[in-house]
Amino acid sequence: MRIVVEKRDNKSKSAAVLIPLASFAISLILGAMVLLASRSNPLQAYSAMLNGAFGNARRFQYTIVESIPLLMCGLGVGVAFRLKFWNIGAEGQYVWGAIGITWVMQFWKFLPVPMLLPIGLLVGMTLGAVWAGVPGYLKAQWSVDETLTTLMLNYVAIGLAEYLYISAWKAPLGNMGTPEFPREAWLPPVWGKIHSGLYIALAFVVLLWFLLYKTRWGFELNMIGKNPRAARYQGVSIKRNIVLAMLLSGAICGLAGSMNTAAIAHRLTKGVDGGYGFTGIIIAWMAGLNPFASILVAIVMAALTTGADALQIAMKLPESMGEVLQGLVLIPLLAGSIFVEHKLKVIKKEAV
Amino acid sequence: MDFITKLLAATIAMGTSLTYATLGEIYTEKTGILNLGMEGTMLMGALAGFATAMATANLYLAILVAMLIGGLLSTIHAFLCVTMRANQVVSGLAITMFGTGLANFLGQRLGPASNNYNLVGMNLPSKFDNIAVPLLKDIPILGAFFDVSVLTYALYIIIPFSWYYMYKTKYGLAIRAVGESPKTATAMGLSVPRLRYLYTIIGGMFAGLGGACLSLSFTPSWNDGMTGGKGWIVIALVIFATWNPGKAVIGTLVFGGITSLQFSLQAAGVKMVIPTQFLAFAPYLITFFTLSVMTILNQNRKGSFASPSALGTSFAIDDK
Repeated sequence: MRIVVEKRDNKSKSAAVLIPLASFAISLILGAMVLLASRSNPLQAYSAMLNGAFGNARRFQYTIVESIPLLMCGLGVGVAFRLKFWNIGAEGQYVWGAIGITWVMQFWKFLPVPMLLPIGLLVGMTLGAVWAGVPGYLKAQWSVDETLTTLMLNYVAIGLAEYLYISAWKAPLGNMGTPEFPREAWLPPVWGKIHSGLYIALAFVVLLWFLLYKTRWGFELNMIGKNPRAARYQGVSIKRNIVLAMLLSGAICGLAGSMNTAAIAHRLTKGVDGGYGFTGIIIAWMAGLNPFASILVAIVMAALTTGADALQIAMKLPESMGEVLQGLVLIPLLAGSIFVEHKLKVIKKEAV
Repeated sequence: MDFITKLLAATIAMGTSLTYATLGEIYTEKTGILNLGMEGTMLMGALAGFATAMATANLYLAILVAMLIGGLLSTIHAFLCVTMRANQVVSGLAITMFGTGLANFLGQRLGPASNNYNLVGMNLPSKFDNIAVPLLKDIPILGAFFDVSVLTYALYIIIPFSWYYMYKTKYGLAIRAVGESPKTATAMGLSVPRLRYLYTIIGGMFAGLGGACLSLSFTPSWNDGMTGGKGWIVIALVIFATWNPGKAVIGTLVFGGITSLQFSLQAAGVKMVIPTQFLAFAPYLITFFTLSVMTILNQNRKGSFASPSALGTSFAIDDK
């Protein structure tokens, strides 16, 4: 008897739902083992996390605030992933968004104050798009490996931002960070801590869903991702679409950066490379590139972070437990991903 | 002269860790598996090495445990990417997330009760000290190569050996075949999954060792996230070395040198013409240009560019 993995004829719908649920359960069990091994009560720890993430209105708001940039980055990279373009440069594109809005707020003095925010967001978006467009063009024109180029460019953007807030654009007072944006140009709140970036993010969910599932362009991207040869025979321009998808992808990640900067730090400062771009990649993948599913995944990943912060306060456990759980949830999910398109088949006897 | 010798010594000390991890990633990528989990694997290695050394005061056992843990962590990556044909980018990021988180978590749990179970702030009973070779160490400048720790001396054998192994033995040929064309390799009678597992694990062991070099020798201590992005520099260094183990050392010397230069100039109070942050991202920018230019120049000469053709792709015999 032996077990073989066989390709399914169609994607399994039930597997697509059951596997994430099972993975989450497995990760909680594995996490409980880590907690037990470190002399902590897992049930107590998990309830502290749950309470920390959703326990009251203020905590719930923090979790949502944390999920907004994650959702945006997930949506952004998801566009490029549609055509199997591995944009892992979301982090850098996000940072460029933050640089862009800071540039506008600090130096475009000729603009009336009410114009600073919209123009700042636009400039951030544009810079993010350009930063993503370069590797996109290199890939389209000369097949330069995008995974490696986008990864390298992240650190260039992060280093540049550091240079700007530590020296070139530093506020005269204080030891780090650019001057604070004018208060009128902050992203306005909608409910407590939650800022109007939430509306922008949700608008992008709907917009992308429409673009990717209901338009000819979305259809083309899908076709390139699934079967580039067929796409070429149909007269779809692969090069053009790679560049376009990367521009859009970078624009969304850039907007995530400028939005979050205008809403939370109100200036370019330490912590601008918060890892949203990297987690965004995981969110896009976990959501199966579906914009609506990304909302839920982003909230779960954000809750693991805010919950872990509470864990530190409530149980004096290192907050890195959040990262451990984020990593742990992925491992069974990655392992299970094969069953969406494949099935196990037990062969009792070898046919002779 | 003294400044240059000191700079070189600092570069070698920092480069040792990078070189081990780079060699490991080269072995892995050569078989077609991209392991972006290096940062997490190195950090786990650093932690495992430090915790073992604290508990047993045996540095060689510490190295062994670091390699074992590095190997274990990359076994997960191999299992996900080879057996379960999962996405290599996502799997690598998951390994980095999990490894970084777990190392930082355990760092605050594995220490002695007297230090609130924390490893941060503990001092090692002993560390890998530099051993000077008489006479050779007195050579101007290059003498710096002969006043290093055992971990660095070992590299003087491992680097040429790795080059020889990769390009002059049948084992190296098998690695390259699997990374260039898994289909051809299968036809040659090689087991693609077995080789990919083997060299992903070996790569992880090297990464664990590279991490331990940091916590047992370079900066003998434990700190949260003490690898500080070195695992990502490794990914860049592999490209810079054009996937050639023999060239791995050039990249580490150049990039280790840039970083050391940054520190020593700062320490010397020299007013910088180039901002330090520019030096910090220079390796990545140089790698970006190197990769792009090399790929563009090799457009018409198929196969002459060093990147393994099957890098990042999963393989199953029934694939069309």
